[in-house]
Amino acid sequence: MPFLPHTDAQRAEMLAACGVRQVSDLFADIPPACRTDGLRMPEGLSEIEVYERLHRLSHRNAHELTCFLGGGFYDHFIPAAVDALASRGEFFTAYTPYQPEASQGTLQAIFEYQSAICRLTKMDVANASMYDGGTALFEAAMMAIRATGRNRIVLDTGVSPIYRRMLECYTRNLAIEFEEVAVAHGQSDRRRLAAAMDDRTAAVILQNPNFFGAVDDFGDIAAAARERGCLTIVSAYPVALGLLKAPGDMGADVVTGEGQSLGLPLSFGGPYLGFLAARLALVRKMPGRIVGLTEDRRGRRGFVLTLQAREQHIRREKAMSNICSNEALCALRAVIYLSLLGKGGLAEVARLCATKAEYAKQRLAAVPGVRVKRSAPTFNEFTLELPADAAEVVAKLVDKGIAAGFPLGRYYPGMENYLLVAVTEKRTRAEIGHFAEALESVL
Amino acid sequence: MSELIFEQSVPGRRGCSLPKLTPAEAACHLRMPEKYMAAEPPDLPEVGELDVVRHFTNLSRRNFSVDTHFYPLGSCTMKYNPRICEKIAALDGFANLHPLLPQLRGGGMLTQGALEVLYETERLLAEVCGMEAFSLQPMAGAHGELAGIMLIAAYHRERGNRRTKVIVPDTSHGTNPASAALAGYGVVTVPSNAQGGMDLEAFKAALDDETAAVMMTCPNTLGLFERDILEIARLAHARDALLYYDGANLNALLGHCRPGDLGFDVVHLNLHKTFATPHGGGGPGSGPVGVKAALAPYLPTSIVVKRSDGTYALEYDRPESIGYLAPFYGNFGVILRAYAYLLMMGRDGLTAAAEDAVLSANYVRRRLQDRYDLPYDRVCMHECVFDAGRQAAQGVRAIDIAKALIDRGFHPPTVYFPLIVHEALMIEPTETESKEDLDRFIAALREIADLAAQNPAAFADMPATTPVTRLDETKAARDMKLRV
Repeated sequence: MPFLPHTDAQRAEMLAACGVRQVSDLFADIPPACRTDGLRMPEGLSEIEVYERLHRLSHRNAHELTCFLGGGFYDHFIPAAVDALASRGEFFTAYTPYQPEASQGTLQAIFEYQSAICRLTKMDVANASMYDGGTALFEAAMMAIRATGRNRIVLDTGVSPIYRRMLECYTRNLAIEFEEVAVAHGQSDRRRLAAAMDDRTAAVILQNPNFFGAVDDFGDIAAAARERGCLTIVSAYPVALGLLKAPGDMGADVVTGEGQSLGLPLSFGGPYLGFLAARLALVRKMPGRIVGLTEDRRGRRGFVLTLQAREQHIRREKAMSNICSNEALCALRAVIYLSLLGKGGLAEVARLCATKAEYAKQRLAAVPGVRVKRSAPTFNEFTLELPADAAEVVAKLVDKGIAAGFPLGRYYPGMENYLLVAVTEKRTRAEIGHFAEALESVL
Repeated sequence: MSELIFEQSVPGRRGCSLPKLTPAEAACHLRMPEKYMAAEPPDLPEVGELDVVRHFTNLSRRNFSVDTHFYPLGSCTMKYNPRICEKIAALDGFANLHPLLPQLRGGGMLTQGALEVLYETERLLAEVCGMEAFSLQPMAGAHGELAGIMLIAAYHRERGNRRTKVIVPDTSHGTNPASAALAGYGVVTVPSNAQGGMDLEAFKAALDDETAAVMMTCPNTLGLFERDILEIARLAHARDALLYYDGANLNALLGHCRPGDLGFDVVHLNLHKTFATPHGGGGPGSGPVGVKAALAPYLPTSIVVKRSDGTYALEYDRPESIGYLAPFYGNFGVILRAYAYLLMMGRDGLTAAAEDAVLSANYVRRRLQDRYDLPYDRVCMHECVFDAGRQAAQGVRAIDIAKALIDRGFHPPTVYFPLIVHEALMIEPTETESKEDLDRFIAALREIADLAAQNPAAFADMPATTPVTRLDETKAARDMKLRV
């Protein structure tokens, strides 16, 4: 059997030490009627056979399409050093750093991750990670509800529909009311947002850039929210923060987002990384692990899990959240990525994305019948209006080797002819040109 | 002392190379109004690639891990993580697969390989657990618990049952009551009996028509099989309360007993425990949730189905579903590793793994029980829980024993849990540790017990072999230095 080191002789010796004749004696507490008589599954395979089978399956996926798909999940460049460092066994085969002296590597890395997220979002504190951007947003909403004692949430429809339906799922059994406010001309509708916020509103939830790709400055909305005593939660795209105004500079109280773009492979939907950062005043309402700096008995700097009275293993049903394992290894990848890119590199990646997207926008808008949906400025993703059903156009472009984008009709009824196109630093001028030509040929 | 990566920053230094824009692209000016732009890029470190590689390599050396140390952290199943699973997860056809690809052409025909992995993993887990159906969406164990409780809420809502509370034993993981509360339920905690099981009379008193579910871990967190489980199931079901299985300890039962056959209606698993995927320093995990047939309609959207022609599709039209728990299909990269592990172990491998895990735990129990108190002296399953009460009376607490183990090259067991054992040392050896390593660990713990009896003061300075000695947690909480 693979991975089982005991020899039969050792098993016999251990059974004798346990004072039993056979191993089944150790399972005697299981009611006889409930004992399994052999699982109905295949015999084990060798390493060669398993690799061959899964290698074959991996080829039954269309990963080689040129990717213009985004929707919050992007085909960014990952420096080789991210994989090399994150695949060190000392990191990935450890667990939650309950014993700080034996876990300083993980703890310091998380502290650096928290620092990087705070600097990116311009917030005071960040936790050690959440599962993904959607669950981070739900936890942010719960923070606001606890902090304000109110139970209404105003939700901009520029927030990812993937996240909005997750919020709906998580709150179904809770007394939380949502009011969705539709975007106007692709951007947050100031007038209706202000009207929707009242003295029962815990928070307004916004996204930048929004799902259609439009960039915004929420300073005025955050100010209006503050006047009404409600918090502003912004879901942000971290790579864009290399170029765009940070949510903290707009007056956000809580910032969340999907960290996949910070050095994590797309991996068919996970594992990803939810980041969550907030103003210091909210720290005791935050979910999840938080690492703090302290000293040992000889005055040396060290790191520990801190403020644990918020957490389930201490507070049980009164905890701020049920989260235990989070996405520590993904957070490690993110801080390695952000260190490699650095201040200049992240700004450059952001500028490459935005510029190439602008180029793609012009090339694609030049295709007869295609229009760029008029909207606010965009970052690396934009909405095209096609003269045909976007889902059908996209299906045809697959045959030409292109994952052309996301057909918006899937989430927004009435937008069947609209296509959401994403461009990252990995897309070349030639690929963008090929996309434009292919699009023209299928319309 | 290890410098922070931020402290190594030198203005102008770069750690990555990026492509240049072509002239045609560069001619496209960004039309981004000033008010949308950051005044300056985020203040990230400015360091070279070697700086980063050396920094994080050196950080990694300040960790204990399964790869470097025996890591018998109870309830966490720190078994070996096979490297073949890492190699498979890194295959381009999996790692570079965009989760929205199935939206581009009907029925996920662009991702048949990935959908097959999901489908087959669900089927295997259903067989291992004796359940009807699984969703792989939950992204960690606690997330699976929340999903399970939400499924239970949907079940009761559908039947018009007014249910307000969830029952947990006092040995339960903290995530159990926290998950129940997050799903809107009140929590009732039932004490344990003298044999370490849930007290049946107290349970009967707590159980009523407002009970939505009973959340059990089996074997429980004392490492003991819940002997009254069939009676608990019968009583719960008689009230139409559902029985929930926390799968943290499934490793003990693999191939020997299926939670579904014990009467459990909903289970969550921890693929990072039982199915050998890496713990990652605290995730990513994966917490699939499995159900009996009556609850299958409520499983999260989407689910993978197999068509009559052998192809796979994602089904979204599920009117009774609790909805969208994850952005996509769960932590696919973790699920894939677990699938590879399941294929390698096969039927007999899983059964043998449980046997060796249970044998090893009992061996440790028997070899240490003359030095440490056993609060519940009976055959254990995959882990054993000692009470360092005898040592505490000598001035050496469970935490001190943990630190002494670190100096002897072992990651400590879980301490102070379950809560009902005051000086708990919860030891889970797992099946992948050799007898030689178990013997070394046993010898160390025996020597520590002897030292506690002879010279308790010696423990104050432990650990002495680590980069830092004991850390001031009060200062951390007071100063709140949570970033630089």
